[in-house]
Amino acid sequence: MPAFYLEIALVVLGLVLLMVEAFGPSKSKTYLGWLSLTGVLAIFAALFTVCPSASCSCDQLTRFYEFDSQAKFYKGFALITTALVILLSLEYRGTIKKFTTGTEEGSGEFYILPLFACAGMMLMASAKDLISIFVAIELVTITFYILVAYMRRNVGSLEAGVKYLILGALSTGILVYGIAWIYGITGTTELALIAERIPSLEGSRAPLLFGLALMVLAIGFKIGAVPMQLWIPDVYQGAPTPITAFLSVGSKAAGFAVALRLFEPFFGASLTSGPLLSLLLVLAALTILVGNLAALAQKNFKRLLGYSSIANAGFLLLAMAAWQPQGSESALSTYEVVSFYLITYLIMTMAAFFFLVTVYNTTGKETIASFNGLAKRNPLLALIGTIILSSLAGLPLTAGFYGKFYVFKSAISAASSGHPALWWAIAFGLVGAAAGFYYYFQTIRAMYWNDPKDPSKIPVSKISLALLVIAALALVVFGFYPQPLLDLAAAK
Amino acid sequence: MLLALVFIPIAAAIAIWAGSPARLTAIVAGIINLVLGLIAASSWLTNPEIGSVTYSVLSKPDIALSFSLYDGMSVVMLLLSVIVLAAAVFSGQCPAGREKLWYSNTLLIAAGAIGAFLSDDLFFFYAFHELALIPTFILIGTLGRRNRKAAAWKITIYLAFGSMVLLAGLLWLVSATEVSSLSFDTLLAASIPGEAQKGIAALLLIGFGTLISLFPFHSWAAPAYASAPAPVAMLHAGVLKKFGLYGLIRLFPLVSEGMQHWLIVLIVLLLGNIIWVGFVTLNQKRLDTMLGNSSVMHMGYVFLAIAALIAAGGEGNSLAIPAAVTLMFAHGVSIALLFALADKVEKQTGTLELQELGGLASKAPTLAFFFGLAGMASIGLPGLANFSGEILVFLSGFANYDPAKGFGPVQIATIIALWGVVISAVYMLRAFRQTFQGPEASSVKSAKNLSLLELAPIGLLTLALLAVGLYPNLILQLLK
Repeated sequence: MPAFYLEIALVVLGLVLLMVEAFGPSKSKTYLGWLSLTGVLAIFAALFTVCPSASCSCDQLTRFYEFDSQAKFYKGFALITTALVILLSLEYRGTIKKFTTGTEEGSGEFYILPLFACAGMMLMASAKDLISIFVAIELVTITFYILVAYMRRNVGSLEAGVKYLILGALSTGILVYGIAWIYGITGTTELALIAERIPSLEGSRAPLLFGLALMVLAIGFKIGAVPMQLWIPDVYQGAPTPITAFLSVGSKAAGFAVALRLFEPFFGASLTSGPLLSLLLVLAALTILVGNLAALAQKNFKRLLGYSSIANAGFLLLAMAAWQPQGSESALSTYEVVSFYLITYLIMTMAAFFFLVTVYNTTGKETIASFNGLAKRNPLLALIGTIILSSLAGLPLTAGFYGKFYVFKSAISAASSGHPALWWAIAFGLVGAAAGFYYYFQTIRAMYWNDPKDPSKIPVSKISLALLVIAALALVVFGFYPQPLLDLAAAK
Repeated sequence: MLLALVFIPIAAAIAIWAGSPARLTAIVAGIINLVLGLIAASSWLTNPEIGSVTYSVLSKPDIALSFSLYDGMSVVMLLLSVIVLAAAVFSGQCPAGREKLWYSNTLLIAAGAIGAFLSDDLFFFYAFHELALIPTFILIGTLGRRNRKAAAWKITIYLAFGSMVLLAGLLWLVSATEVSSLSFDTLLAASIPGEAQKGIAALLLIGFGTLISLFPFHSWAAPAYASAPAPVAMLHAGVLKKFGLYGLIRLFPLVSEGMQHWLIVLIVLLLGNIIWVGFVTLNQKRLDTMLGNSSVMHMGYVFLAIAALIAAGGEGNSLAIPAAVTLMFAHGVSIALLFALADKVEKQTGTLELQELGGLASKAPTLAFFFGLAGMASIGLPGLANFSGEILVFLSGFANYDPAKGFGPVQIATIIALWGVVISAVYMLRAFRQTFQGPEASSVKSAKNLSLLELAPIGLLTLALLAVGLYPNLILQLLK
């Protein structure tokens, strides 16, 4: 079975469910959530049966579409994220109901639209032509325009939707403009051909770099890198929380999947590798700085997670600036470092959003103060939250540590082998990581040191509890024994 | 066996959390650990491989969860940890209803410390220390005294900063050695180019220095210890703080050249610890802040031994490491004992303001006796462990003294540092007089003497002080 059947299956599933939602009987639509969850899991299982594109001769998409270990990893990543987002949406349905029709009859699309975004992310993982990259990104972005503004009776959600729309449209424009420049100079949109032609383009280095810089900027919008990070705090805070999680994990990871594939030809050629490295390291340093320092002052936990996602994008950019091609014996390649980081990021960030929704469902607030005295209101939940936040801060013996460890390690070895400018970015990174301890621990402090206003118990639904316990255990177990994660990230 | 030493406290903490009787579980775990630790230490001389285990956890770079008694310093630190843990689980007054938090976190602090001292892999050495910090912060912040929140926040910020600087230094160190394994064996066999050594040495001194409360990164220590519940103060001041000294001595061979550049700076800073903080200690009005500051001050002597080690450079200083380790042990036991006793004073009188205390000796003679003994130990009275440590430190300062060249910086520092002994005598004796002698203050009217159960942990610590004081070879034979 060729790999692109998976995306087709997802889109067809989405369309069918939308029909059911429109013409089906008018009653609670949560069953649609369970249906689409089942569909996503089935497609995840099918992911392991598809054949690699090298051995599939039937494939008319070969020019646009690659299915290698990299693509498989990011497809699986997108599917798992989507499944978790749908589950989180089901947990969040009380709020969705409150800010839409007031009943659960009209909110079925909320569980279905993520399927289209997921199909887009899976395409992003496979796209190897500027055109298919563009199409895939647009499929994701347009779906998010709807989802971000979904709570139409909530001003915050609408404001977030408008902001996301305007900045998203801007970045689309920049991306197309960049593609046009690259196409104009290289005469092709295929990444493989671009890689072949770059060395012969010394005469037109400046326009080539200009086009590249534009594309870096547009990708920067997807992953939340400075200077395209401006939308993140407001949109993350205003969007429905499951969508915030989706943006923060799924959309960002897909952005990095594209970035890795897109930058590889440019890193491979001496003509462009130097400037690209400098550009990425400046962006990385600024992104780490902005994300971490702005997070220090936050009072709203969801907004804090927004800044934290900017900060994490910065660390990932640092890993990309320290570009290390595949195939080295001793060191991890950039692909592996980024994949490893993203796995841990997926576990802890999704867990953090489940944690937030659980507390929000009782307190109705998303501020850090709403976590006050959680240790007394629900000790288990406070313990799990402590583990999640410690891991986000990068505390050793939690899984989150190893992601940062690899980033710094690859940056340091690149810095000491011929790119001394990276030392600056590393210094910024360490300052950022230290700041991270401060703002994540502020929430832990609120849970343990402060007294709650309302000492009543906080109930946890069974699904959330199971997922949170699994996530916390995973963070601790992988903190002691990270080898499985490395095997997963380095899967060939 | 070594695995058990680390995981018994963790298992006990989980058991407490799951509902087993908190105090009893903690005491049983503490005593089992004490026995295991003594067995491991006593059989180490004949069988240095005892209880070593290695589990590989990561292949690129090679990281292994690996416990062994790497050398005599590890053995001494293990002894210190298990002795203080066994005393700490008995100490302090846990607020009713918070037993779970209190005892499970106390055990986790000890597990982190023991794990760090037993790890012979740089990664887990660092990681276990971090593991111990979280329960420290939580306990000070939730169950501390007086302005616990401010003190806990301060120690969190300082130690997180120190840990980050340290992490940067360690990452740099690992990448400069260009080895792919993080075990001490591989690392210490490698060498680092001189230019990188200078920077790494600076980061290690600041990073470890902050964790050890090296002047001027020390101001977290006194308020934190004053606010901390007794077991936390005992474990952190007594055991966990030694992590930094242990790390400096362990990694010193890799950066011995780089450290030369910072010798003078280090000497100035350690004199800051001894003299500056010594005068600060003189001025304290409360027993707990006085003890907290005195603990900062005494770190200066250990740094003096490290300075002697650095100054000796390639020639070697056979006295410096035994001196430092003996003093680390002695200080750890004596400060733990003092914090345990101060806690008893507060329990009997309800205050630690020296102004409000007085004449406690007539009501609680045993308490007065042990406090006097611990105070004497802390000053460095012969016959008690600290004396062996301090005398060795001063001797190591003069170990490479060459009359033809005159006094070097280390010798001058040693002479100045001797005055610190006078300062500690003044504040310790004054505190003893104000607390236990003179007319009976109103606060001590209802004070009672120590009960037999309270005597157990105090007796244990005192025994350790006396044993090492009267027969220092107990420790020194491990450090040859």
